[in-house]
Amino acid sequence: MSEATQQRSIVLILARDLASMLATPMLIVDAEGTLLFYNEAAGAVLGRPFNEAEPAILGDWARAFDPRDMEGKPVAMAQSSLGIVLTQRMPAHRTLRIRSADGVERVVESTAFPLYARADEFVGGVAVFWGKHEEG
Amino acid sequence: MRARIWGSRGSLATPGPDTVRYGGNTACIEIALSDGSLVILDAGTGIRGLGLSLDGRRPARIDILLTHLHLDHLEGLGFFTPLWEPGTDLHIWGPTSPVQSLSERIATVLSPPLFPVHLTDVPASVTFHDAPQGEWAIGSATILSQPIIHAGPTVGYRIEEQGRTLAYLTDHEPALGSDLRSVTPEWISGFSVAKRADVLVHDCQYTEEEYPARMGWGHSSTEHVATFAGLAGVERLVMFHHDPMHGDEQLEAMLGRVRDLGPDVADVALAREGMEFDLSPGAAAG
Repeated sequence: MSEATQQRSIVLILARDLASMLATPMLIVDAEGTLLFYNEAAGAVLGRPFNEAEPAILGDWARAFDPRDMEGKPVAMAQSSLGIVLTQRMPAHRTLRIRSADGVERVVESTAFPLYARADEFVGGVAVFWGKHEEG
Repeated sequence: MRARIWGSRGSLATPGPDTVRYGGNTACIEIALSDGSLVILDAGTGIRGLGLSLDGRRPARIDILLTHLHLDHLEGLGFFTPLWEPGTDLHIWGPTSPVQSLSERIATVLSPPLFPVHLTDVPASVTFHDAPQGEWAIGSATILSQPIIHAGPTVGYRIEEQGRTLAYLTDHEPALGSDLRSVTPEWISGFSVAKRADVLVHDCQYTEEEYPARMGWGHSSTEHVATFAGLAGVERLVMFHHDPMHGDEQLEAMLGRVRDLGPDVADVALAREGMEFDLSPGAAAG
């Protein structure tokens, strides 16, 4: 079919629509972990609006935030809430310390869950998160 | 391929003096393919007349593509005469559900106490198919189905044969939560179904004044459909799924509004019962 083109899953479209209207920070990745969207509230926590973010795989993108656990140990992407969604396809919650793009260190609570368009069709994941407090 | 509209009303069949010009039957479109195959889009009350018209020309196999299972797209199925003929090989396609199979969901309507006969007892051979996400073939046509924004599992269909395309997005609210002009096409529901179609049959249930009170009900306003059709670059836009509260004069006012909005579309028309499209190679789509 010559004119038809690929487009995002309707589940991702609806997730993005929801995120765009939420005051709760929310971030969306596809099944491969490519960062698709985060909303204005998430941009405030991450210190950079989405329209300034570079397209990237989540792991590469997240490394810039130097995620660490509460003891200060680096956290591998696979151990983050979205990493668990991507690798194990199950919901997860983590508390992380990040250095946002604006240079502010924040403690972030993050809950992520997988998006299945059909029972056997994993299309991506969503993380909702919030900064607990700032440490200068 | 040739298409004929047998029902263009949305939500509720609406016969009467106020709906004479565009008709009161709910959604149904006949698609006659060049190889003789018959594809039917939705099984609203319009399918009753279509079934009667097939007397003497009914093909052995008939494919019905259901966009979703709201009653206005299904309520005519029990009155489709080929369903009651033993020689009919009927294939029904529809959106998947995480809860029930397509046959189970349809049988909730076509079984007692809502209907006197159970679907499993009809004389025709009926096969149910989940509409694939992607392309498949029926006869000489290539079909594309994709989930779209509406209330509940719903798909849009794109039918292409010999380089001509009809796109069918009857119940569709692509502007829900989105400013259609601010997002890239890959993020617009239904865009790839409609892109550069010769004929786009699209939901246009509400005026712009009505829409805010009905946001989230799964339908589009005049402004939405004008924007969507323009972005998709279609040749001809056919406004469909007329609100049961809108008489002929109201519909014509809505047509004028869409034309005033000036989508970059060669032609805009209101769907009406009996309207035909000749989508043969080289033919104008009127």
